[in-house]
Amino acid sequence: MSEDIGEGGVASEISEIAAEQGEAHGAPSQSNHVGQALRRKEDPRLITGRGRYVDDITLPGTLWAALVRSPEAHAKIVSIDASAANDGPGVHAVFTGEDLTDLAGPLPMAWVPPGVEVNNPPHWPLARGTVNHVGDPVAVVLGEDRYAVVDAAEKVVVEYDPLPAVTDPEKALEGAPFVHEELGTNKVHEWSLPGGDIEAGFAEADVIVERRVVNHRTAGAPIEPRGVLADYRAGELTLWTATQVPHFVRLFLSILLGISEEKVRVIAPEVGGGFGSKLQVYGEEVLACWCSRKLERPVKWIETRTENMATAHQGRDQIATVRMGAKRDGKITAWHVKILADFGAYNMLLTPLIPSLGAFVMGGCYAIPNVQTDIIGVFTNKCPTDAIRGAGRPEATHMVEVTLDQLAAELELSPIEIRRRNFIATDAFPAAVATGVVYDSGDYEKTLDRLLEHVDLDAFRSQQEALRSEGVYRGIGFSTYTEICGLAPSRITGPDGVGVQAGGWESAMVRVHNTGAVTAYTGTSGHGQGHETAFAQIVADRVGVDPEIVEVIHGDTGTGPEGRNTYGSRSLAVGGEALARCANRIADKAKAVVAHNLEAAPEDIELADGKFSVRGSPDKGMTLAEVAGAAYLNMVPEGMDPGLEETTFHDPDNFVFPFGAHACVVDVDPETGKARVVRYVAVDDCGNAINPLIIDGQVHGGIVHAIGQALYERVAYDEDGQLVTGTFVDYALPTAAELPSFETDRTVTPSPVNSLGAKGVGEAGTIAASPAVTNAVIDALRPLGVNYINMPLTPMRVWEEIQSANRGVPA
Amino acid sequence: MSTIPVRLRVNGVDHELEAEPRLLLVHALRDELGLTGTHVGCDTSNCGACTVHLDGKPVKSCTVLAVQAEDVEITTIEGMAGSNGELHPIQEAFWNDHGLQCGYCTPGMIMAAAGLLAENPNPTEDEVRHGLEGNLCRCTGYHNIVKAVLDAAKIKGPTVGVES
Repeated sequence: MSEDIGEGGVASEISEIAAEQGEAHGAPSQSNHVGQALRRKEDPRLITGRGRYVDDITLPGTLWAALVRSPEAHAKIVSIDASAANDGPGVHAVFTGEDLTDLAGPLPMAWVPPGVEVNNPPHWPLARGTVNHVGDPVAVVLGEDRYAVVDAAEKVVVEYDPLPAVTDPEKALEGAPFVHEELGTNKVHEWSLPGGDIEAGFAEADVIVERRVVNHRTAGAPIEPRGVLADYRAGELTLWTATQVPHFVRLFLSILLGISEEKVRVIAPEVGGGFGSKLQVYGEEVLACWCSRKLERPVKWIETRTENMATAHQGRDQIATVRMGAKRDGKITAWHVKILADFGAYNMLLTPLIPSLGAFVMGGCYAIPNVQTDIIGVFTNKCPTDAIRGAGRPEATHMVEVTLDQLAAELELSPIEIRRRNFIATDAFPAAVATGVVYDSGDYEKTLDRLLEHVDLDAFRSQQEALRSEGVYRGIGFSTYTEICGLAPSRITGPDGVGVQAGGWESAMVRVHNTGAVTAYTGTSGHGQGHETAFAQIVADRVGVDPEIVEVIHGDTGTGPEGRNTYGSRSLAVGGEALARCANRIADKAKAVVAHNLEAAPEDIELADGKFSVRGSPDKGMTLAEVAGAAYLNMVPEGMDPGLEETTFHDPDNFVFPFGAHACVVDVDPETGKARVVRYVAVDDCGNAINPLIIDGQVHGGIVHAIGQALYERVAYDEDGQLVTGTFVDYALPTAAELPSFETDRTVTPSPVNSLGAKGVGEAGTIAASPAVTNAVIDALRPLGVNYINMPLTPMRVWEEIQSANRGVPA
Repeated sequence: MSTIPVRLRVNGVDHELEAEPRLLLVHALRDELGLTGTHVGCDTSNCGACTVHLDGKPVKSCTVLAVQAEDVEITTIEGMAGSNGELHPIQEAFWNDHGLQCGYCTPGMIMAAAGLLAENPNPTEDEVRHGLEGNLCRCTGYHNIVKAVLDAAKIKGPTVGVES
């Protein structure tokens, strides 16, 4: 290489020209963006109304779709008369289940646990022969006008022959009526995760506490309902859909519709929240694509809230019989949980797997030698359940944290003391626990100590007593939780492990452009979590640029590599790590290019202050823009490819296990039964922080999701299977007026599983909070004789418990 | 269904369209005028994602027919930033305080907050919380939204509302 290449070389000149044109990028303002509370890159478009959600996208010639849905919980379809609907203004077609006979198969269920039989009746985008829950789609009307197709849908006459319905999972397990007659049972499957010797553990116990713990059914309820825009043209299919999992959707569209995978593109544009309810391959997605192909027109379907409440998959709905055995000193010897999980009418993508996710952390953050979870799933004539924020882990944490407090009361120990006596010791990590997984890192004493720096328990107790004399029943509840997230390790989650038919890896691609601007592709698919900012911070530091010039692209199967999407608090720990590794490769190549151009050894090149410099000669170096200029001019070492772009696939060795300690203070009005959260303190440990602003936001939202479950929200069906909570009038999402501001703090115990040292935080608040609220309500009610109560802690239920405790309200 | 002419003045611009009398204002804004910043999140006027201003007062545009909005000044989220792109103080505060995550409730939340501050320029936290109870957010737990509204009030004090 000639002498004139280097600081004054051609690449540099090109960069200078570009810089003069305002296109090239110099050194970043600082070199360490990870850990900074940067304002989010995605926000300017969102706060100005310039975001682009599915319903904001319009294509010429689009037909609107409206679905005809079953008003019956369980019925045979006798006949469907669409003639009047077909005559509606601008109506192009009406299709029923009989028309969709060319699908390659029913909607997918992707869990095949080795050695376990799972009843999995076919589930079609439009019902065939019978409907099995209110909202089950029966027909689709397509037409030119958004309002007219709704009018036409009301003119589709469906004759139903009602069948007996079952909505109570315990009755469903006993026998007929059967949701799927041909199965002769409502049982879906049985699955167990034994750890240790549960009987021996109980034999050792001095005291055994047994409770029935109900995690009632809730809705994901993102404020953006579901929606799709399908465009099949000239043999290629594009689907815009409000989804968390565009890559899964593409795969199944390809399979079910018989379109070669490279001709299917799925785009998750701006997505208005998911909370698990958009982790799905929905019938409406398949149906819209099928209709678009059939009619050769783009097809749009935007869900109404009423449809969302009846048909977007719901969560929880587990009844558990739990037994906790302990020695007199509080050391737990055995913990046995038997779960009856209500799956609703069908298995969706991961329905039967969900309770099992909780089983792996059923022991919580405690050293319990014998832990066993036995799960039975049943069908009922209700909307299917599947993953909703936390997915099995909030239920498990609720069981262990509430029962632990019951045990503490039995033993006359404080909730703090019983936790300390059972914590997995800080020096035990990585800690193999009875459920067979290895907790990566933890320091449970530290988070609890930090929590108690914020919460003066002695002062609280005296205040509590003083308030009682004024008629205010105040209580405090604790939850020290751990959870399993960063859903990846394929060796554990995959076909030979737990049995999910998908790899748990994640992909990343980093492209440095000519001018040193960077596009970073991730296979995750954010929908509010701030990936564009946090991932830009990660990449920026590793390649020496400002996050402002790192554009993060997600949610489009047509741009980056194959991905595995966003759920299970996996995006950072798996996808962020994939990007970090990818960016490291860019840096490695950059060092080689710099060494080549500056005639130095690659190992002598270091990245500092936004420049790849020769060690010891900080003024001799190249910025990423200069490196890119050289790389695209093929001024690279002999044998090295030109360009500056890398792709990485990463499959970690283990999950990550965030943890923390939460305290909730509630006031209960004994006359009305109304409980209100008056203070909430959360100390979380999600390893190293990438962006503390985003972490706090995730924690706040997660906590409120669980406060909603504990105090306000409940999906309710009557005995006939009619949905009682079909709108936001009846389904009580918490509003700002019911809530306090939150006090959050963090401890930092890095994960050894990834180079970022980071764990997930998207579900932590939701997993932690419902037992803290419940324990607080019980603490408040104990003087009134109420020592145990199940969620939802609505005024009616709390008031009834107070009455039945036969103590009445003290005068 | 037959249509009638409808005149709407939105963000200072006059529009004429042919619409069914039953057309909701939110659909007129979104589907007819292309102002898609105003969102729809429910069917029952509970979520507030569709909040716009009619003559400076926050109104859920899913509860108003387009024909009912003929003689008022309509302001949507697209009309909140200055013509030079300068963000409204409430927008700036939402950005600074991480008052949004998925962004779907955000336009309605900002419009509701602007209405609140126009009426009560120096609200307490409790007043902000009750003032926003007609707007649902599933992401933020409201903590940072409330903080943003209080901060916006501090930045601009009594002039923070929408000038109209």
